[in-house]
Amino acid sequence: MDAITENLDAFWSGFLTSLGICLWAMVGSLFLGTVLAGCRVSPVPPLRAFGTWWVTTFRNTPLTVVLFFFAFGLPAIGINASFYFFGVSGLVVYTSAFVCEAIRSGINSVSAGQAEAARSIGLTFGQSLTLVVLPQALRTVVPPLGSVIIAMFKNSAVVGAFGVGGDLFSTGATLTSAQGYANLPVITGVAIGYLAITLPAGAILQVIERRVAISR
Amino acid sequence: MTTEAVLYDEPGPKARRRIRIWTIVAGAAIVALLVVAVRRLAERDQFSMEKWGPLISPANEDFASVWRVIGEGLGNTIRAAVLAMLLSVVIGTIIAIGRLSLGRTGRIPLVGLVEFLRGVPVVVTIYFTSRVLPDFVETSGWIGGEQLWFLVIGLTLYNSVIFAEIVRAGVLSLPSGQREAALAIGLTNAQTMRSVLLPQAFRIMLPAIISQLVVVLKDTSLIAVVGNYEELVGAGERLYIILGNPIQMFTVIAVIYIAINYTLGRFAQFLEHRLSRSSKSAAVRVEQEATTAGA
Repeated sequence: MDAITENLDAFWSGFLTSLGICLWAMVGSLFLGTVLAGCRVSPVPPLRAFGTWWVTTFRNTPLTVVLFFFAFGLPAIGINASFYFFGVSGLVVYTSAFVCEAIRSGINSVSAGQAEAARSIGLTFGQSLTLVVLPQALRTVVPPLGSVIIAMFKNSAVVGAFGVGGDLFSTGATLTSAQGYANLPVITGVAIGYLAITLPAGAILQVIERRVAISR
Repeated sequence: MTTEAVLYDEPGPKARRRIRIWTIVAGAAIVALLVVAVRRLAERDQFSMEKWGPLISPANEDFASVWRVIGEGLGNTIRAAVLAMLLSVVIGTIIAIGRLSLGRTGRIPLVGLVEFLRGVPVVVTIYFTSRVLPDFVETSGWIGGEQLWFLVIGLTLYNSVIFAEIVRAGVLSLPSGQREAALAIGLTNAQTMRSVLLPQAFRIMLPAIISQLVVVLKDTSLIAVVGNYEELVGAGERLYIILGNPIQMFTVIAVIYIAINYTLGRFAQFLEHRLSRSSKSAAVRVEQEATTAGA
């Protein structure tokens, strides 16, 4: 267990880096995913096609392939950025597809009468979506959306393993391979770091799920 | 009911005109984006046969060997995914049965195990198997290569608890009359589980199992960043470094993945549709478990 106690600082900063990656990726993917969901339910055919293409592509491609594309494909056409930026962008693009589907299924769960009532009082498509349907949809969407975000936090380990560096996973990898600490305690420490987020988040999500379950 | 029917009426003349305008605007924007992308790619010489040839032209000298490597990679991906799935289903079922039939206190270690493994990233479990296992057991002589088993065990650690949850949800979703009737005609608890509850639960779970196969297929690629097993993405990685064509190579790899996973996803949807027609409520709850995996 010395491996953990001696390197608490490293683990802590790795934990914070992982959290940072997730925070950026969360903001990005929630925004992009909502926009995509809007595209997919809009009456405009090109937007629907674009949304469908996006979701089909990125839901069925492994995150590693997306990351390879960002990290090695984009520099080949002259787009250069830090690994951190590429890593977060890859995670955003990948996660947005799941966010989009979670929100879309939420929109589908709002009863038809709500949208009909909104239309009958004269709201436009945009108004009925933003004022009536989405606020209700977001409540149903919270549990699946939460699961997507928790999965994204775990996926940030892939971004780390890919070479962003300094996050929880790569901190563990450096400690074992470069500094020669034993594998088992270090990997246990890494696992504890991830559990410190995923377990409480899962528990909070269950509480929220129970709260919003009564609304319909 | 479809989304569009909920959100808007059959458009009138005015709305149709508005939609037409938006269609043109959005279409133009997408075309503009494509043009920018294509021009950028062309400027950087990304459409040259030098980069695409080994992948699409049978006349290219590397074509045969490149596709042999990709084919072997795909084979390795499928082998690892199928092995991990089979192991996960078996172990997951055992965990689920344990959780369903043990008492309140007996359940605690199992619940702990499920929560623990569910909260850890798969890439960490694979890293764990490929680094820690060799410290404790002799792995070098394993049939099929130790790297394959590191991947399979790492995937199984995570997916068996996912399956445990799927099986549990499946069994719990059955009407309680099934169990009561089975016990009433004199079957033991074990017989009830084996010959009445599990067969029905598995039928309901089939779509969720197939959806999870998509997740497992994608997760096999994680070994590319932590291990040494040449599955599809690993093969692509090795090839693009030799050929110098990351964009083209990973486009092909992505297309292969999308083709397989899209087909599996549609198949799962089809099964779900058929199941929900025959048995009203059950498929819904189980499906929710599977879609959340997301990794």
